[in-house]
Amino acid sequence: MIRLNSESKNILDVRGMTKHFPIGVFASARQVHAVEDATFTVQHGQVVALVGESGSGKTTTIRMIARLIPVTHGEIFFEGADILKTEPRRASIDYRSKVQLIFQDPFASLNPVHTIEHHLARPLIIHKKAAGRQEIHDRVCDLLETVDIKPAAEIARRYPHQLSGGQRQRIAIARALAVDPKLILADEPISMLDVSIRMGILNLISRLKEQRGISYLYITHDLASARYIGDLIMVMYAGHIVEGGNSEEIMGGAVHPYTQLLLSAVPDPGAGLRTRKDIGVRGEVPSLIDPPPGCPFAARCPKVMNICHHVIPEKAEITPDHWVRCHLFGS
Amino acid sequence: MNLNTKTTPSHLKNESLLPVSVKKPISTQLEFFQRLVTQPKAIIGLVILAVFILMAIFAPLITPGDPSRFVDHPHRPPSSEHWLGTTGQGQDVFAQVVWGARISLFIGFSVGMFTTLIGLIIGMIAGYLPGVIDGLLNMFTNVFLLIPGLPLLITLASFLPPGIITVILVLTATGWAWSARVFRSQTLSLREKDFVSASVVSGEDTSRIVFSEILPNMLSLVVSSLFGSVAYAIASDAGLAFLGFENVNNVSWGTMLFWASNNSALLQEAWWTFLPPGLCIALVSFATTMLIYAMDEITNPRLRSEKEISSVLRKFHIGAKRSTPVVKEPIA
Amino acid sequence: MIKPGEVVGLAGESGSGKSTIAHAILRILHPPALITGGRALFAGRDILEMNDDELEQFRWSNISIVFQSAMNALNPVMRIREQLMDVMLHHGLSKIEATERAINLFDLVGIEPQRLDGYPHQLSGGMRQRVVIAIAIALNPPMLILDEPTTALDVVVQKDILQQIATLREKLGFSILFITHDLSLLVEFSTHIAIMYAGEIVEKAPARKLFDNPLHPYTLGLMNSFPSISGEKHKLTGIPGSPPDLVTPPTGCRFHPRCPKAMPVCSQSAPLTKTVSADHSVACHLY
Repeated sequence: MIRLNSESKNILDVRGMTKHFPIGVFASARQVHAVEDATFTVQHGQVVALVGESGSGKTTTIRMIARLIPVTHGEIFFEGADILKTEPRRASIDYRSKVQLIFQDPFASLNPVHTIEHHLARPLIIHKKAAGRQEIHDRVCDLLETVDIKPAAEIARRYPHQLSGGQRQRIAIARALAVDPKLILADEPISMLDVSIRMGILNLISRLKEQRGISYLYITHDLASARYIGDLIMVMYAGHIVEGGNSEEIMGGAVHPYTQLLLSAVPDPGAGLRTRKDIGVRGEVPSLIDPPPGCPFAARCPKVMNICHHVIPEKAEITPDHWVRCHLFGS
Repeated sequence: MNLNTKTTPSHLKNESLLPVSVKKPISTQLEFFQRLVTQPKAIIGLVILAVFILMAIFAPLITPGDPSRFVDHPHRPPSSEHWLGTTGQGQDVFAQVVWGARISLFIGFSVGMFTTLIGLIIGMIAGYLPGVIDGLLNMFTNVFLLIPGLPLLITLASFLPPGIITVILVLTATGWAWSARVFRSQTLSLREKDFVSASVVSGEDTSRIVFSEILPNMLSLVVSSLFGSVAYAIASDAGLAFLGFENVNNVSWGTMLFWASNNSALLQEAWWTFLPPGLCIALVSFATTMLIYAMDEITNPRLRSEKEISSVLRKFHIGAKRSTPVVKEPIA
Repeated sequence: MIKPGEVVGLAGESGSGKSTIAHAILRILHPPALITGGRALFAGRDILEMNDDELEQFRWSNISIVFQSAMNALNPVMRIREQLMDVMLHHGLSKIEATERAINLFDLVGIEPQRLDGYPHQLSGGMRQRVVIAIAIALNPPMLILDEPTTALDVVVQKDILQQIATLREKLGFSILFITHDLSLLVEFSTHIAIMYAGEIVEKAPARKLFDNPLHPYTLGLMNSFPSISGEKHKLTGIPGSPPDLVTPPTGCRFHPRCPKAMPVCSQSAPLTKTVSADHSVACHLY
């Protein structure tokens, strides 16, 4: 897609987004540093994959962008507008019609007491996409067919507990599509699905991106699916985004020691048994409560230097499509 | 990346392959009620309640005439003329029991409904809206929870003119807090569910989320609370009446007990003046308790499956076991 | 069949019955489960014939199990020392012997012995799983069942734990029944693999052979569901449809509604297991 104005290339522009959760009620309360200084962009029609283990802060990041939880500091620019300034208290209906969220657990994201038709009709009604029973019903069936749920009319009458995990997740996608969004935030949409069904969902996501130009921020702990679907991959560790870039470049040439650790740990039968080298990293993810200064990976990094314990590394560009935050690179 | 590649065989074009055995879909609420009425415990409870309700409705047909009129000598034991004998004032006990059901059940169900309603409104608002509102409502609820029930009941009743409205008011005022607490915590936990967040992200407004998304998920809790309140109300009403805080000219099970005590029924060995109303109160409480147990069983499938397995084990003559039993023939 | 020293992987999705088999072998399925046939021979003895007391003696000293979620397996209000020693004391060790063994076990799994006096919530996820493994090898059983031991763990911790288990296996020589849905893990870790679908085993082969030459369409489909992190990127399709309802399973071969190579006979009769080559058997009408 050709954009004349380079500023409008980005549909989402997150700058310095930070989230701290206080523990305890007093002023001296300790803080969980869930997300620290997250800065990245998502372009129109792009799939950006955010990869991290559990506790890395990726779900918190996505919930802040979905405006389910408030930001501690930072800015969110959507389609060029500074959202937190223009709608500080609650997200506007306009924002809700452009940014949608798909949840991880297909069994929890649908209300067990409502039919599928109800789930899909509500966003249509709220955003005035359709009116009158017949029109709404027709739109609902269209949405179901778009996500390959057939026979649409019959499934629309059903309740969530009568459907499989894969079907429910497709319906969650249909619900997101109902408002004609520009950006879909996907919180590990396949990790709770059966293995054989996952690819179908990922292919659906890809297809919708091609056909409708929807951008995605896809979060996962699985590097392989991030590579499969992502144009860009970003790696998150203990609340910090430590590396990002074009997905093939990251897969083939990751430079941050944590990314290298992740790559070495993924089981890859194609690569042969036990041919992966031991990266030499021990230990586990540090506590996010009042963390020590400096790079979060310093405690485990095999290439740690003195400066790593004191100063958080700045972004350094490896290539125009690949940046990293590590004292081994850059200034 | 087109999904419709030529390698997809025709019988797989239909992405959603449904299991053969799915019947016409019914809502979770309908299913809940269906289960409720077929449970043995629920049936017992419902039948007993039905008997009493019908008795109250058809009182004029069952025992026509004013139940407080004088019919015979006082303290006559049960006989063919007066099935449950006469009271200390010479009134027909059976007639009083039948007519008394009206007031007692009316009070019971009204209080049940009002406490549940108020509890729902306050509990759900406190549970869903964070911060100050929740704090205030919660404090308010806790005050009512902490004040000892019976003294509060008596205090309120002594200030107000005796009568049915007073009783309903007073019982509701002392009974709503417990339901509110329960509904608040259920709302708090439901609020965190993904489907509520999904509604928020869809742009749904708060009141619709609370009443259309969260409330239907609390149905079994609401019904239990309702029945629990009914039992509480009927028993407390009897207590209030017994202590003389109601209009003793009304005929209800509670006032019957008051008069029985007043007329020294125990000393007179006139058991028929206090046993029937007491029994009625106990039976209604029993019926509501059965319904609550039935609801427990429905909402907790583990209890159900344990019953099913015991019957199968009995069929194969295996006793209760610590390990998975082995049966070397197919089960019918 | 599991021979001494082998690692047999059991792969399948939800509803395939893989976890059920593990629990059934140890006869720890919850009511209303009933075992209705077959035999489970361990060193010649049929587990299904044992009574409760025999089972109590049999379990843990012959076969032990590591459950999926360590927090499910560990009691949050008991000290780790008590939980570890519990099974040893039950099987007749004295307190002194049990304490000594507990320290040894912790050494084997790589946890400092001070942790014995703590509670489960004080440990990280990976460490908790190591504790569960320590409990599993407490009586040095000849066979270990691992029921999705790393599914709830992050990929880095997963690799650590699996390496730990591999090291322990080399040291102590037990066989493993490794249950998981992650086929790529199995190919790396097992000597043999069995694939389960809807309660039946559909293919069995040595691990490398299965990976190089999968025969059953379901196995092929499963392999087509794992994107790789290296090599060429191609489109994967997974398997359309969803696992069947086990109350009324499909007639004939249970996989036929989802099978791209289904033939008319597949809906009529269930295929028998045939040995296609040495060690490699499959239940499919194509063979």
